Amino acid sequence: MRPAPTGRAFLGMLRRDLLIAWRSPVEILNPLLFFVIVVTLFRLGAGPGQHALSALGPGVLWMAALLATLLGLDALFRSDFEDGSLEQILTSPAPLPLLVAAKVLAHWLVAGLPLLLLSPVLAIALGLPGAALPVLLLSLALGGPVLSLVGAIGVALTVGLRRGGTLVALLVLPLYIPVLVFGTQAVTAAGAGLPATGALYMLSALLVLAAVLSPPAAAAALRISLD
Amino acid sequence: MRIPFHHLAAPMHFYRWGARLVPWLGACTVVLLALGWWGGLVLAPPDYQQGDGFRIIYVHVPSAWMSLFVYVVMAGAGAVALIWRVKLAEVLMAASAPLGAWFTFLALATGSIWGKPMWGTYWVWDARLTSELILLFLYLGVIALLAANEDRRRASRAAAVLALVGVVNVPIIHFSVQWWSTLHQGPSVGSLGAPSIHSSMLVPLLVSALAFKCYYLTVLIMRARCEIVERERNSAWVRELLPR
Repeated sequence: MRPAPTGRAFLGMLRRDLLIAWRSPVEILNPLLFFVIVVTLFRLGAGPGQHALSALGPGVLWMAALLATLLGLDALFRSDFEDGSLEQILTSPAPLPLLVAAKVLAHWLVAGLPLLLLSPVLAIALGLPGAALPVLLLSLALGGPVLSLVGAIGVALTVGLRRGGTLVALLVLPLYIPVLVFGTQAVTAAGAGLPATGALYMLSALLVLAAVLSPPAAAAALRISLD
Repeated sequence: MRIPFHHLAAPMHFYRWGARLVPWLGACTVVLLALGWWGGLVLAPPDYQQGDGFRIIYVHVPSAWMSLFVYVVMAGAGAVALIWRVKLAEVLMAASAPLGAWFTFLALATGSIWGKPMWGTYWVWDARLTSELILLFLYLGVIALLAANEDRRRASRAAAVLALVGVVNVPIIHFSVQWWSTLHQGPSVGSLGAPSIHSSMLVPLLVSALAFKCYYLTVLIMRARCEIVERERNSAWVRELLPR
């Protein structure tokens, strides 16, 4: 059998994962519902009074997006691990980091993108000024993939373990902090009418860093987990 | 690549020569700590602003330095373990994690105690304090990952990947005080040419830092020897070693 060219392998993996997600739409809907419910609960927990809430709004939105991503991370490798296709992927002649990158991209398209599209609605409900909405979308578009990329390392490290769930959170959340800080900073600045470009540049830098370093790290972690 | 003296890194040899090193390093720790703290707590003059309160520096700063140093050692050992599959590097990495976590905790706790009288608060979400707290979480993540896998070799390689990913945080902590000017002061000992701290205070600080390094090495070797015996319990040389 001749090995497929690497570009074809990437697209093939992307297509496969998107198709699997498309055929079980509940998997897509669950994190989205979670996102909406967390924001709603926060609104109720914060009590009456719009004032404090609009100050905390960017942080609440980013925290909810982060937790929803964390919840959906397990789907990245778990089902492939359980039915054995992950081992098939590991034996593929195509470079493993590339295949991992394709899986992460598919995961973000399925889990991150709907979140991003839904966020303006929730932002308005939280009383964020309209001027902050484009920055919110941009910050989620830049920061969301970082969450998926970094999360892939955590899931890859724990995929072989029986009690992986809470451990992933423990491993990944500290690494999410820079994204959370700069994401919230950008939206808060935009809401106050200040330029948000500095924080957005930092998010872009984090995205580039994660896109380059995370797939090889996650690939190495997968090889250790399935050793 | 051929590494000189590589046979000394075999667990069995390390177990033997480590035993000879421990008393000497332990003695160094005690002597240096006595000298450093005598110089810092008795000889050094009180600070013109903080009075005697500044003397907590002789615990706080060495443990903060060690929290970063141990992390770099741990990640370096992790890299060696991943690249060359050196068993000893895995052991040293696993043995470093709890020590580093304790140094980080000590730095945070003493900083907090120092912060109350000087800043008026135990805790602020300042750049350096927050990134030091993240460092503690990273250590705890490594420890949790080490504990989660029963296969110790696989566990330590997985933890090595995590430690290497977390290295990104080390420069952030080190430069945080210069990048974001927040409540925590800038380094007083940053440049060796012109430190902004008088030598009567600086020399004891450096001696205590050296004492902390010796302490780390002593306990590291002790923990590593323990870990080796646990890992190699089925090998012939450990069976001979243990009483029946």
